[in-house]
Amino acid sequence: MSAALTCRDFIDFIGDYYEQQLDSARLGEFEKHLRLCPSCESYLQSYQQTVLWGKESCQDSDALPEDVPEELIQAILAARRAAGEEPPSAPESGP
Amino acid sequence: VREYGPKLLATIRRLCSQEEDAREAFQDAMLSVVRSVAGFQAGSRLSTWLHRIAINAALMKLRRHRRRPEKSIDELLPRYLDDGHQQASSVQWAEPASGPAERRELRALVRQSIDRLPDSYRTVLLLRDIEELGTAETAELLGITSTAVKVRLHRARQALRTVLDPHFREAVP
Repeated sequence: MSAALTCRDFIDFIGDYYEQQLDSARLGEFEKHLRLCPSCESYLQSYQQTVLWGKESCQDSDALPEDVPEELIQAILAARRAAGEEPPSAPESGP
Repeated sequence: VREYGPKLLATIRRLCSQEEDAREAFQDAMLSVVRSVAGFQAGSRLSTWLHRIAINAALMKLRRHRRRPEKSIDELLPRYLDDGHQQASSVQWAEPASGPAERRELRALVRQSIDRLPDSYRTVLLLRDIEELGTAETAELLGITSTAVKVRLHRARQALRTVLDPHFREAVP
C-alpha cells in the first residue's frame, strides 16, 4: 500500500487532475486527500476559479478594441508600398 | 484588416504588454498575411490561420525584445513544511459580486494579474488557457517540450492564484 499523499503531492497533481490525466490509482489517492484536507479542498477550488476567471478575463468585449486604429492601417499600407508591393485592391467578393 | 483586425490585435496585445511592441507585431502579422495568403489552404479556417499568424508575430516580437532577466516565479508558488503540509492553510474564496461593473472590474484585475507573471509562464498561460492552443502546438511554437509546457502551465496557474488570493480569501474569524 502506498503512502498517503501530502499537500505538496496533491498540489503537484492538480494540473494533471484538471486535464483529466491522472490514472485511476492516483485519482483515488487524490480524491482521498481532497476529502480529508480542507486546506487542499480550498486550494483546488481557488485554482479552478483562477483558470475559469483567466479564460473569462480575455474573452469579453471590453478586452477587444472596436476597430484597428486607422494610423496602424495606414502604417501597414505604407510598409507594403515600401516593400514594393501593390497597394491593396478592393476586397475579393468570393473564393 | 478591418474585419479580423480587432480580434488579432487583442490577441497580440495580450502577449505583448508594451503597446509599441503590439503595434509593430500587428503590422508584421498583417504583412505576413499579405505575403503568404497564396499559401492559405482552402480547407483551413481563415480565422484559425490568421490567429496563428498573429500569435507567431507576437512571439517573435517578444523573443526579440526580451531585454531583462526574468524574475523567478518561486515566490508565487505554494510553500511547504518539511512534512509536506502547506506552510499557510488555504481558505475558501468569496464569491465576487455579480453586477456588470463588478464583473468588468474582476476581469481587469485578472488581466493585470496575468501581466505580473514572469514572461515565460505568462506566455504559456495565455497560449494554453486563453488562446486555447494544444500542448503540442504550444511546445512547438515556444521551442520547448510538451512536458515543459505542462509544468509551466501548472506553475503559471498557481502563481496567478497566489496573486489573486488576497483579493478573494474569505475573512478568517
